[in-house]
Amino acid sequence: MSATDYLLSMQGITKAFPGVVANDSIDFEIAEGNIHALLGENGAGKSTLVKIIYGYYSADAGTMYWQGEPVKVSSPAHARQMGIGMVFQHFSLFDAMTVRENIELAVTSRKKGLELADEIRSVSDTYGLELDPDRDVFSLSVGERQRVEIVRCLLQSPKLLIMDEPTSVLTPQEADKLFAVLRRLADQGCAVLYISHKLEEIRILCHQATILRQGKVVTRCDPTQVGTQELAEMMIGKSLKPPTSNAKETGEVVFSVRSLSRSAENERNISLKDISFDVCASEVFGIAGVAGNGQTELMGMLSGEVLADQESTVSINNVDCGRVGVQARRNLGMASVPEERLGHGVVGNMSLTENVFLSGHKKYDLSRNLLMHFSNARTYSQKICDEFDVRHSGIHVDASSLSGGNLQKFLMGREILQYPAVMIASQPTWGIDAGSQAAIHQSLLNLAENGAAVVVISQDLDELMALCDRISVMFAGQLSESYSVSSLTAQTIGLLMGGARIEVSQDVENAN
Amino acid sequence: MPIRLVARQTHSRLMTWLTPIMALVLSLIAGSIVFSLLGYPPLTSLYTFFLAPISDLYGVSELIIKAAPLAMIAVGLSMGFRANVWNIGAEGQLTIGAVVGSALPIYFPESGNALMLPAMLVLGVLGGMAWASIPAFLKTKMNTNEILTSLLLVYVAVLVLSTLVHGPWRDPGGFNFPESVVFQDAALVPGILSGTRLHGGTIIALLVVLSVWILFSRSVAGFQVRVAGLAPSAARYTGIHFNRMVWYVLLGAGGLAGLAGIIEVAGPIGQLQPIISPGYGFSAIIVAFLGRLHPIGILFASLVLALSYLGGEFVQIKMGLPLGIAGVFQGMLLFFLLASDVLINYRVEWRTSRTFGRAGTE
Repeated sequence: MSATDYLLSMQGITKAFPGVVANDSIDFEIAEGNIHALLGENGAGKSTLVKIIYGYYSADAGTMYWQGEPVKVSSPAHARQMGIGMVFQHFSLFDAMTVRENIELAVTSRKKGLELADEIRSVSDTYGLELDPDRDVFSLSVGERQRVEIVRCLLQSPKLLIMDEPTSVLTPQEADKLFAVLRRLADQGCAVLYISHKLEEIRILCHQATILRQGKVVTRCDPTQVGTQELAEMMIGKSLKPPTSNAKETGEVVFSVRSLSRSAENERNISLKDISFDVCASEVFGIAGVAGNGQTELMGMLSGEVLADQESTVSINNVDCGRVGVQARRNLGMASVPEERLGHGVVGNMSLTENVFLSGHKKYDLSRNLLMHFSNARTYSQKICDEFDVRHSGIHVDASSLSGGNLQKFLMGREILQYPAVMIASQPTWGIDAGSQAAIHQSLLNLAENGAAVVVISQDLDELMALCDRISVMFAGQLSESYSVSSLTAQTIGLLMGGARIEVSQDVENAN
Repeated sequence: MPIRLVARQTHSRLMTWLTPIMALVLSLIAGSIVFSLLGYPPLTSLYTFFLAPISDLYGVSELIIKAAPLAMIAVGLSMGFRANVWNIGAEGQLTIGAVVGSALPIYFPESGNALMLPAMLVLGVLGGMAWASIPAFLKTKMNTNEILTSLLLVYVAVLVLSTLVHGPWRDPGGFNFPESVVFQDAALVPGILSGTRLHGGTIIALLVVLSVWILFSRSVAGFQVRVAGLAPSAARYTGIHFNRMVWYVLLGAGGLAGLAGIIEVAGPIGQLQPIISPGYGFSAIIVAFLGRLHPIGILFASLVLALSYLGGEFVQIKMGLPLGIAGVFQGMLLFFLLASDVLINYRVEWRTSRTFGRAGTE
């Protein structure tokens, strides 16, 4: 088929953001009545691509054909006019209004009031989307809210419906219902672009799949004909390096998490379900997983920014500390490096000297009689910069003026130089240059060598393979069993990241 | 030629201190337009408004008397504003501070005890804190918006004062005027410069501003407040309890407003009246922002706002203009300040229409 035979065809689509090419000459097409999966890890370029389709971004290069005609989608409104609908991961509904009122606000139709309510009913009947137009949105479940969004799109009779990770907020039962709806839509000729990293659902739902990695199309395939394992490999790549050494002496359990659960506060949070793991002295424990599977929530509970329900869920050196806050955990020997550097790990509009006060209080005697001890702080921040090779134009400059890599080295140095017994680092080298990355990896390995228990939460598998002794995978708020890196293959880890349950025959670690 | 605002990489420190001056200049320009529209010669009017009031020692002393409560309240508010806690109700806290502090001379009008005045000041602080504790409680326990609660409590406070001076606290020998007894000497803030009304409260205000400056820049608590305002996530990271901080900054601001209130009634006024403040609690919000939430900046800004009060009185007396002109100037000042503050984080770029068109099709 040529470009004209497809509903939507994109050729050579390129979109760059400062520092990263999000879409690199992507060719992509979707035909009417097809459910087409867009598969890839976080950062692979899926969102950018659909945002170009939906008119949020305009591509730097490339052409988009809609029903054979070259088009330039100037805005989401334009996209809707053309017949493209999109259901976002996060809903945009007003809680205090009814379903009908919410739809009335967004749909540019002349129908109002009862007439619209009738139309909503007829659409929901046609597609099996049970929905009462007069219900208040706040009383709806997450799945029902998603239905409102879908109905809102369907009222515009779209030719293409884009679903951005729709099942990430749904229960398995709700997901099944959604699949039925999508199949019915496809039967009636509507094309569905389905974005996901969940392999199983793509295999059972989609007719075709385009797999993206690092902004490029890796391959196209028919997911029903390809095994989950193959899909996983295609998504992750085979570039996993074998671990250099993993025969290492580890000591006593230093950090232990027992049956940690937490229900989500709102639909944007992930519930954590019964998470348990132990980390020994001199050991590096990795938590892999696609972003948004509960890592952020877990990080908050490990560092003490969010308290657990029971004291015993978290313990450091056999001292239970699930109910005590950040300062108390630091006093027990914990240090943490959050995922977000600016604004979480450091305050951008404060100097490096001021920033050491955020965590270095006790170890470096930074306050006396409730007053801040600036000369000690200066010595400490100078020491961090010297030992961790932080390139800066003076310790008095704002932290935000440092480059990402230097800032992370500073942050890492600030925590490591407190000689913690337990170090928890989230995405420690996310988006920084290779040199800084190597330095940070080395400093974490040194820390473990000196007897600390180190937890690394990361989406970067290469990083985890290089650093860790054992790895668990997080999926939908649950943590898998842990595997020693020597026993791991890209296949296994990809399957776990995609939510597949695998029977493990090999040496699941039980070193403890 | 279209103007584009381009985000700066980091906020401009120069602009942080330049925009208050820009706001001042723009207010003067807009003010002269207002004067000429009203049919008054703009330059003479501006002179009468801004320079005539402070052309002699007495004028300067009056300026300082008015600046003192403004500075004191504004430094208190600035702590909260830095932490993103928006106490808009300093006027109410001032009023209740004055009421509570005045209870002593009203119930013990004969007492000449040397501790009378210090005790009144302490009660004034406690009264202001008590009033501020209501929004603090509602915010931390019920998640209520402190902007609304603190603001609405202003009107409650003013009615409390009014009820008292019209009723139980009315001076029996006062010909039925709604005023309390005139405080005895022991209950009055002593003057410090003969020939003027300058009183000891101005020294207290100066000390308060300086100590808040030290507290803010050097203490751990001040650091935590700054962190909370600049980066709430970092505040959680470092283990700051947000609710506790809400209490600190609201009680701090309330206490200082209460202190300013009791100094007003025990100083220039000398008794409780239905109206004890020309809106110091509200003007202090402008002072806090004009002074860049920095104690020293606030010191200067309080003089500017005090001048607007004096100038308003002057043009009323000399030129028959309504007193509301002071409010107009204060409003313009805040308006222009907030508007020009955009330059702190953005710089202006002038583009010819050709390059602009190209940017639009990117």
